[in-house]
Amino acid sequence: MKSPAVFSRERLLPISRHPEWFSRPATARGPFSVMVRKEVADHIRSWRFIVLLALIGLTFLGSMYVSLSNIRAVVANPEDTDRFYLYLKFLTITDGTLPPFHVFMNFLGPLLGISLGFDAINAEQNNGTLIRLMAQPVYRDNLLLAKFASALLVVSYLFGALALLLVGAGILTTGVGIEPEEILRIISFVALNIVYVGFWLSLSILLSVRFRQTSTSALTAIGIWLFFTVFYSIGVNLAVKAFLPDPAYVLPYDAVRYNNLVLNLLRLAPGQLYTDATTTLLMPSVRSLGPLTIEQMAGAIPAPLPFRESLLIVWPQVSGLLAATVVCFALAYASFMRREIRG
Amino acid sequence: MENPVIDLKGLTKCYGSLKAVDNLNLSISKGEIFGLLGPNGAGKTTTILMMLGLTEPTSGTATVCGYNATTNPIAVKKKVGYMPDSVGFYDSMSALDNLVYIGRLNGIPEAEVTDRALDMLDIIGLGGSAHKKTATFSRGMKQRLGLAEVLLKRPEVIILDEPTLGIDPSGVKEFLTLIHRLSREQGLTVLLSSHHLNQVQQVCDRVGIFAGGRLQAEGSMDKLSRTLTTSEGYMVSIAVREKLPVPWPLSESLRQLPAVQQVTVNGQVAEITCHADITPDLVRFFVQQGLDVMGVHKKQYELDDIYQKYFDDHATETNIHEKSGRLFQRTFTTYQQAS
Repeated sequence: MKSPAVFSRERLLPISRHPEWFSRPATARGPFSVMVRKEVADHIRSWRFIVLLALIGLTFLGSMYVSLSNIRAVVANPEDTDRFYLYLKFLTITDGTLPPFHVFMNFLGPLLGISLGFDAINAEQNNGTLIRLMAQPVYRDNLLLAKFASALLVVSYLFGALALLLVGAGILTTGVGIEPEEILRIISFVALNIVYVGFWLSLSILLSVRFRQTSTSALTAIGIWLFFTVFYSIGVNLAVKAFLPDPAYVLPYDAVRYNNLVLNLLRLAPGQLYTDATTTLLMPSVRSLGPLTIEQMAGAIPAPLPFRESLLIVWPQVSGLLAATVVCFALAYASFMRREIRG
Repeated sequence: MENPVIDLKGLTKCYGSLKAVDNLNLSISKGEIFGLLGPNGAGKTTTILMMLGLTEPTSGTATVCGYNATTNPIAVKKKVGYMPDSVGFYDSMSALDNLVYIGRLNGIPEAEVTDRALDMLDIIGLGGSAHKKTATFSRGMKQRLGLAEVLLKRPEVIILDEPTLGIDPSGVKEFLTLIHRLSREQGLTVLLSSHHLNQVQQVCDRVGIFAGGRLQAEGSMDKLSRTLTTSEGYMVSIAVREKLPVPWPLSESLRQLPAVQQVTVNGQVAEITCHADITPDLVRFFVQQGLDVMGVHKKQYELDDIYQKYFDDHATETNIHEKSGRLFQRTFTTYQQAS
């Protein structure tokens, strides 16, 4: 701290020397992009993100290693109608030592989303920065949107980079060119991952708005995630056993109906939607996500579906995930916008 | 007052059944330093939040720089710099980066934002710590950085909530002198809230005493002191050698003296309240009655008494309220309004 005499005279000179300071110059950049830039910088410098990056990078490398070492056997298998989709095979095949990448992502994705969003608002509030931020001429929704967009931007870059690494490594090791069909499928796989992480991100931002303590919001988010990955399917199975008749004793028509009911119940879990969508996108021979009757299969040639057809099959799943994301975000928005903010 | 910069009309904020701010009317004109003084929980921060549109008033309007703070908060926030009572910064960023971020949010062009932030840090006396992370800053340094941030956007009005909290006494003086100087040089309107009454009174042009959500008194220091003296009158306490009997026979004749309002006896001390300064007459009276006067003390109303009166009144009101319910509060509030 300087002595009062020092800053009283000389230190004040700059202001009086610049009277034009008090005329407001044209705005350089909108507050939204300023916030996104700052948030992205915060994310990529945080240890939390570096740890997650390492985790996802390791699973990616591990599953790529397993699939690359088994690719010869799979491609040589004449039974497999998908064998010509080399790059999709990289993402799906395994010899049982490690699950394929998309199965890993099924549970790492939520972790990524939760960890990027669980302290979005409440940490700012606890540090006393939220009220300072809100005293600036920025709209409140800009902050919420910036938190969401910046995390999603980081996640998109991450998955984009991983997909490009996969393709690059594949071309280097096998020398096989990539089909346009595969490019489309891989791009939609990446987009699906982003949507999936986006859902968990918006859920955790919602919790960060609702709960004052960061630990509470993190625990609640992880609780929801565990519920859907572990307990939900157990609960559905128990309920099915208790309420539905044994499929061995019902008419085939009813069995199909019950089966569809159970599947639809399971699809309330975001992880199930993700699994449905990824398997369809990465395995072009998957024609339906529910049971098919013999009549429906009659005359069908076992061949991969075109990209557009696969996309049509997963469209309800993708819109379900998007809808859940939007609902969470809207709830966060509603509870944040009119709230009183105190330091 | 023509064109007040801050104009609050009938501002009320209720939290459930609690009235945090009760029908507040206040206007502050340009270039003025106004001190909002009151004990903790008086509703100062709530009032400030309503001025910035950070919380919605239950009724009434807050107009700042000609804009309605509730419906048009962005326009208000462009003109107003606000420093909250607990300033926090992004710990992982340096002081300069913190300032630059806020500068960018305020739309300061990229080309000049860093220079302006550095200039501000120099003004505030933190030039040497510009590149240090704010996690290492002391409370006083954070307070200074908060002021730098407020001034960075070149506001027309600055609102400081408890700006002297957590700074040592010499720092407080320095800080307040700085605010005073900046206000005078640039015609800034300053509203500062505090419960440290003696600290802020030296820089305030006008103060408002705020307790229980109401503005109990408002005006310059002199005016407040004068009001208090006229309403309370002069109080002279005279101590004598012998203990005075409790129904004191002389108190009747003492009351006959002009200007004497009330006489109370407490052991060897007689306290006389009068509406004019008649200390010599009182002493003469005592001497004539053959009492041995040991000491005479004329009570002068000072700042502390001003606060004491208003804050205590409020405290009594709260006590009565707690003891015997709402019925009494009404009468008490009316009494206060009358006085």
